[in-house]
Amino acid sequence: MGEFKVHRVRFFNYVPSGIRCVAYNNQSNRLAVSRTDGTVEIYNLSANYFQEKFFPGHESRATEALCWAKGQRLFSAGLNGEIIEYDLQALDIKYSMDAFGGPIWSMAASPSGSQLLVGCEDGSVKLFQINPDKIQFERNFDRQKSRILSLSWHPSGTHIAAGSIDYISVFDIKSGSAVHKMLVDRQYMGVSKRKCIIWGVAFLSDGTVISVDSAGKVQFWDSATGTLVKTHLVANADVQSIAVSDQEDSFVVGTAEGTVFHFQLVSVTSNSSEKQWVRTKPFQHHTHDVRTVAHSPTALISGGTDTHLVIRPLMEKVEVKNYDAALRKITFPHRRLISCSKKRQLLLFQFSHHLDLWRLGSTVATGKHGDTLPLSKDADHLLQLKTKVSKMPACLRSAVQIMFSEDSTKLFVASNQGSLHILRLLEGSFKHLHTFQAQSGTVESMCLLAVSPDGNWLAASGTSAGVHVYSVKRLKLHCTVPAYNFPVTALAIAPKTNNLVIAHSDQQIFEYSIPDKQYTEWSRAIQKQGFHHHWLQRDTPITHIGFHPKRPAHILLHDAYMFCIIDKSLPLPNDKTLLYNPLPPTNESDVIRRRTAHAFKISKKYKPLLFMDLLDEGTLVAVERPLDDIIAQLPPPIKKKKFGT
Amino acid sequence: MAALEEEFTLSAVPLGAGPDGLLGVEQCDKTDQFLITDGGRTVILYKVSDQKPLGSWSVKQGQVITCPAVCNFQTGEYIVVHDSKVLRLWTNEDVNLDKVFKATLSAEVYRIHSIPGTEPLVLFKEGAVRGLEALLAEPQQKIETVISDEEVIKWTKFFMVFRHPALIFITEKHGNYFAYVQKFNSSVLSKYTLLLGQEENFVIQSFTASLDRKFISLLSLSSDGCIYETLIPIHPSDPEKNQQPRVVRSLLLKTVVSGNARNALSVLDQDHVAVLGPPLPASKECLSIWNTKFQTLQVSKELPQGTSGQLWYYGEHLFMLHGKILTVIPYKCEMSSLAGALGKLKHGQDSGTQTMPHFVNWETSQGYGLESKNSEPSKRILRRRTIEPSVQPEVPASQQLLSIIKKDSEKHIEIELRKFLATKRTPDFHTVIGDIAIGLLERCKTEPSFYPRNSLMQLIQMHVLSYSLCPGLMEVALEKTDIQMLQLCLQQFPDIPEAVTCACLKMFLSDAVQDEKMEEQMGILQNGFNPEEDNCDNCDKELSKKPQKTVEETTSCPVIPKRAALLNAVLHSAYSESFLLPHLKDIPAQHITLFLQYLYFLYLKCNENATMTLPGIHPPTLNQIMDWICLLLDANFTVLVMIPEAKSLLLSLYKFVKSQICICSELNKIEVSFRELKKLNQEKNNRELYSIEVLELF
Repeated sequence: MGEFKVHRVRFFNYVPSGIRCVAYNNQSNRLAVSRTDGTVEIYNLSANYFQEKFFPGHESRATEALCWAKGQRLFSAGLNGEIIEYDLQALDIKYSMDAFGGPIWSMAASPSGSQLLVGCEDGSVKLFQINPDKIQFERNFDRQKSRILSLSWHPSGTHIAAGSIDYISVFDIKSGSAVHKMLVDRQYMGVSKRKCIIWGVAFLSDGTVISVDSAGKVQFWDSATGTLVKTHLVANADVQSIAVSDQEDSFVVGTAEGTVFHFQLVSVTSNSSEKQWVRTKPFQHHTHDVRTVAHSPTALISGGTDTHLVIRPLMEKVEVKNYDAALRKITFPHRRLISCSKKRQLLLFQFSHHLDLWRLGSTVATGKHGDTLPLSKDADHLLQLKTKVSKMPACLRSAVQIMFSEDSTKLFVASNQGSLHILRLLEGSFKHLHTFQAQSGTVESMCLLAVSPDGNWLAASGTSAGVHVYSVKRLKLHCTVPAYNFPVTALAIAPKTNNLVIAHSDQQIFEYSIPDKQYTEWSRAIQKQGFHHHWLQRDTPITHIGFHPKRPAHILLHDAYMFCIIDKSLPLPNDKTLLYNPLPPTNESDVIRRRTAHAFKISKKYKPLLFMDLLDEGTLVAVERPLDDIIAQLPPPIKKKKFGT
Repeated sequence: MAALEEEFTLSAVPLGAGPDGLLGVEQCDKTDQFLITDGGRTVILYKVSDQKPLGSWSVKQGQVITCPAVCNFQTGEYIVVHDSKVLRLWTNEDVNLDKVFKATLSAEVYRIHSIPGTEPLVLFKEGAVRGLEALLAEPQQKIETVISDEEVIKWTKFFMVFRHPALIFITEKHGNYFAYVQKFNSSVLSKYTLLLGQEENFVIQSFTASLDRKFISLLSLSSDGCIYETLIPIHPSDPEKNQQPRVVRSLLLKTVVSGNARNALSVLDQDHVAVLGPPLPASKECLSIWNTKFQTLQVSKELPQGTSGQLWYYGEHLFMLHGKILTVIPYKCEMSSLAGALGKLKHGQDSGTQTMPHFVNWETSQGYGLESKNSEPSKRILRRRTIEPSVQPEVPASQQLLSIIKKDSEKHIEIELRKFLATKRTPDFHTVIGDIAIGLLERCKTEPSFYPRNSLMQLIQMHVLSYSLCPGLMEVALEKTDIQMLQLCLQQFPDIPEAVTCACLKMFLSDAVQDEKMEEQMGILQNGFNPEEDNCDNCDKELSKKPQKTVEETTSCPVIPKRAALLNAVLHSAYSESFLLPHLKDIPAQHITLFLQYLYFLYLKCNENATMTLPGIHPPTLNQIMDWICLLLDANFTVLVMIPEAKSLLLSLYKFVKSQICICSELNKIEVSFRELKKLNQEKNNRELYSIEVLELF
């Protein structure tokens, strides 16, 4: 395959924001995740846990609560006091509405999904009606004396439980008055704490209210009598989150120590009908506070300050023990945050509120495999661009994705209404050339763009429909690649051949010839044989596709843990061959080497890998973001004594 | 397991049943409703779950209903025949039977059959069969004669065979029985002669039949009280060749009822039959459910007021006349386990009923029965005869044993118990063992001299007893200072109350142990008692080899191996601190000191190896040792401080705790230093933010 000089870049100082809320939608099997910076991400759990949608955050919009309502509508609420509905098609905020109760700490959609409750700083619980276009304030419940930190509906929709500071209230929905007020013990292992904050409540259909609080307790209350039934002390620190399964036979809590506990309703003795809640499994996948948990039918989902989204399948609920039953830990976004100017050797890093531009260094030395070469010039940080709102033409104001043509004369913009704009760049100004309107009836935003190096073709893909290919010369739709079940994770058009390479979240790769409007022979061949099972079992999506400038048969792809150069001229690997051999072949004759060689050349040397591309035929650039560097920037976790406990 | 539920009666007033009982009980088109035809003039429609009649119809004075009323499932009409030839059709709305549709037929009707899914069939006394519709279209049509002159229809049943109706009827002529199978898809009438086998002189009292794939399984109850099975092929193999094929009866169940009374039989499902009749010549009538596969009596219910010898079975209900009252007994058959199917003997206690055969024949399966349809009539019976004597009647074991316990000598009990324990285990084995233990203990209480030590030991060693299954066992052992038994209990029982544990501990620490030393060792050899404490023996030996190395007080085990073994049993037992503490306070201070010394010794032994474990098969763990040290100190600290002997021990414990605290704080300090080191190391790595490397892809 050959030798490369690799620019190993670790100065991309990216730190994902901590996860604040997760909300699981059973119907669509999608997971909404909100982060402390207000970012909201949508993961499609059916599509190999792909992060298919993304709403950028804003400093003024710290989300505290996130929930799904009827018709798969997504709402969030936060400390700015506003309730926000998201437009999942246009990838934009539909509207935001002030609840006029001060910062909002909690929100819950009714079991029917037609009403929304928010709990505010001023101690009020407000009920909103969800109308098809907007939400409408209905009424206030009896005002409590301190902020409402958690809310839960009774499955019948007649009552709610509201967790506050030092007590839990049970409200009757009809009258709006508090039926019960259950005081929570401030004592914690004999020591009286200042306050006991009810971080989470869950109302079960049998009338049991489960609360989790800052004293480390999980408590069961009888809402009919307002009495404490049982207490489990699970942590020395706060228990911050709770989620109950739909069947109400298990629930999960997350603690500030990073532990997630699974509780299950099990029979007291075998074949007895009497059941009780038992703490069954502890999981320690987090180092920091578990701020939020969710319970899907088959998995426990947790997220917190350490920025990982952890999906832990419940082995007893998983029918087929295949790779899908494995633990998933999602840390990095499933999109590209880095772009690269190959000619000028520049890297542009995208942060949530600014951009960094770096120039790569250089060396004159040469070496053999594994050497680190002395630098003749170090990398430079050239500039940092902060967001600045100035007058922008309408079409550019809400861009989902932008891309320059290879010769830097054109800018392609995917707007959030599903249309694509082409702008001609002039010295210091630009001119609007053309708009490709969205396909009739769709408003789905195009979140991936690819332009051919010769500037003639533009490919665009949304999250569900197929990939559209436009002719830039003739300014019309050229063809549409047939839609595939799984969303597209990366797109690129090869130079010269104008083959469109598409990577999907189920790890399939297609190559489609734009001029011929059909899949290439190679693509057909690999679909016929099928990908190697190890290839299909990777759990991060391909986020970038590149090409070798000199060898058209070479395609470079990478995910977070490997990069691969596919040599289309070599035979495809089958399940019997070794897909990845970490050791260089030793003492093997050329014959054997040639016989065992296959098309996929994989390296796992750089990880976690956020970006990789070929600068020229012999030079690669790899941007890594070591997890230790991220952890070092997080607040210290709760210290646990290892000895003498 | 088959079960009969609580019976209920359908009519408070006795039916006007004649000497022959009811004419019939028939299903209706609505579930839960049944047509009851009494022997006289009345038809009553009952709703069974409500136990009340919904309607009642009578024929005129002078007319007699001759065939039970049935429901036409296709139209919902009811049909009855009176005076053998007159057909009446009516619905729920009709009040007077006299005014409803009437058809007079040309021949006498034996029965009308109606089952869901097909039109009713009329069977004439001469054996001809007509569909109801065809008959009503032309009531006066000529009815042919099928059976011979003196042949009389005894019994008949209507089936659906693969969605085609089929009728079977049995006729009798001079003590010979014939079976006719009329199929309506092919209009073939097949006739079979029933060979009665050896018991030809017996009269068949009752028939019942069920479908079994290719055969109609005809069960008959003879006056010898046995049930026989006859398999009649549904599809006659070659009707031309053999004009009158013979079918052979084979014995299915032997002597289920006394043959002299009026008995009845009904198939419930594949494996179960209901038999009505007195089990013994003198006894009262019983309804019994038998499992034919395992030949066992499943359940039986006495009917003291006698029955009419008739039994009907629909869905989940058994109908019969009990006295003069129509009684319904719901019947349920749940999934039966093998053990459940072994069944129970009704007259288990009195020895006179040993005549009732009760045996398991694993070969009695459907597949076996199929082979003997046309030939070798006696083979099966012979085979069975040969098996019979070899199978012993099962002992009603636990009950017998309990009665033995009440009066016999210890030695005899021991032998009987050994016998009992050698038999196979039933699902309720542990409760039986518990009952036996309680039986033994009860006698212990009443008879102070009675102490069946060996039997009790045997029971404990079955590994199924627990404290709650035989409360009082340990108390008795404590009373008798039976240390060995206590040790065994401590090892076996998972649920010993703390008070009892403490009482044991008290005894183990007292002088009782030393005194009985010799005696115990004899016991050890006798009962395979495992003195578990090889470890302690070893300890002693080891230590005696190198006494000069360590200080005197830590080297030698403070207790003899026997006592050590007993104390270890206590250490292993489960407890809850708050319940144990108050009882620990009752133990004399000297004993506490001794126990603490022993625990401290164990702790030091633990520290001798890196894994912090003791040698031996089942040694106490370090945690158990530490917990008990803490418990003893908590309970008795104020007393111990005052005792001079305990002073050195307390001092060494104090020193030990102090050193532990030191170690922990040092470890915590080291941890912090290590973390700083790690941080430094990370920073070093971080410095390499950018490098250019060479990579070769292969």
